[in-house]
Amino acid sequence: MVLLDYVPIFIMVSLAGIFGLVLSKASEIFGPKKPNPEKLSTYESGMQPIRTARERFSVKFYLVAMLFILFDVEIVFLYPWAAVVRELRLFGFIEMLIFVAVLLVGYVYILKKGALRWD
Amino acid sequence: MDFVDIIFVVFALIVVVSAFIVVFSRSIIRSAFSLLFTFFGVAGLYVLLNADFLAVTQVLIYVGGILILILFGVMLTTNVVSVEIKTGTLQTVPAAVIVAVLSGTIAGIFWFTEWHTAPAREGPTTKALGTLFMTDYLLPFEIASILLLVALIGAAMIARHERGTEGGR
Repeated sequence: MVLLDYVPIFIMVSLAGIFGLVLSKASEIFGPKKPNPEKLSTYESGMQPIRTARERFSVKFYLVAMLFILFDVEIVFLYPWAAVVRELRLFGFIEMLIFVAVLLVGYVYILKKGALRWD
Repeated sequence: MDFVDIIFVVFALIVVVSAFIVVFSRSIIRSAFSLLFTFFGVAGLYVLLNADFLAVTQVLIYVGGILILILFGVMLTTNVVSVEIKTGTLQTVPAAVIVAVLSGTIAGIFWFTEWHTAPAREGPTTKALGTLFMTDYLLPFEIASILLLVALIGAAMIARHERGTEGGR
């Protein structure tokens, strides 16, 4: 049965979920709670918050996310190639080299355009 | 009902319930996070259909990429937390007619089409896909890289545009 192959993934996902849930709930139930105004401030013994954090995000984050998806798609193409690269030997390697080289042109382009510069 | 059916129902429930939350939740941030479970449930359904590569792609692209894009899109809206989504009922009669026709069409297609199901194939698909990509479908594969290049350049263009208008923010 093929589905048995996914049992490790299932166990890992469940463990991760249980771990997060148990830890957060345990600290909520067992942790001592003696709040005072200083403790309840956003950064205890840190910076004073200047203004509310719930404001509009900069558009730059959106651009980073877009670039991230593009390289994410590249990874998706790399994945089936990586599964068979040993059988294809040099031929498959050169094919992927062309694929990556084309994307490298785009990477150099956005680098030169300053799309990755933050300010 | 055997074991696979039970798993299917579990994943289908995850997808449908979280999709309902996406649609009906009042806060957009809750909708966006609920979309995470929809995407994961769909990935589970792909696994059940023996489409393991599609499931990986679903997790990698949709859960890892598109969802982040949507979350950033949500955070770009002013006043993330207190945005109230209101829906009103307008144009009841035309809407009802269109919905009736549309659902009738879909139901008709569902009932009267002879569904040809491919014989189930077991086992991982990634290696077969990789071989096909590198041999029979090499040209589409390389063209995909050019498509990505075009998208990269488009993103860079948008960035330069934003830099001009947005200033130092």
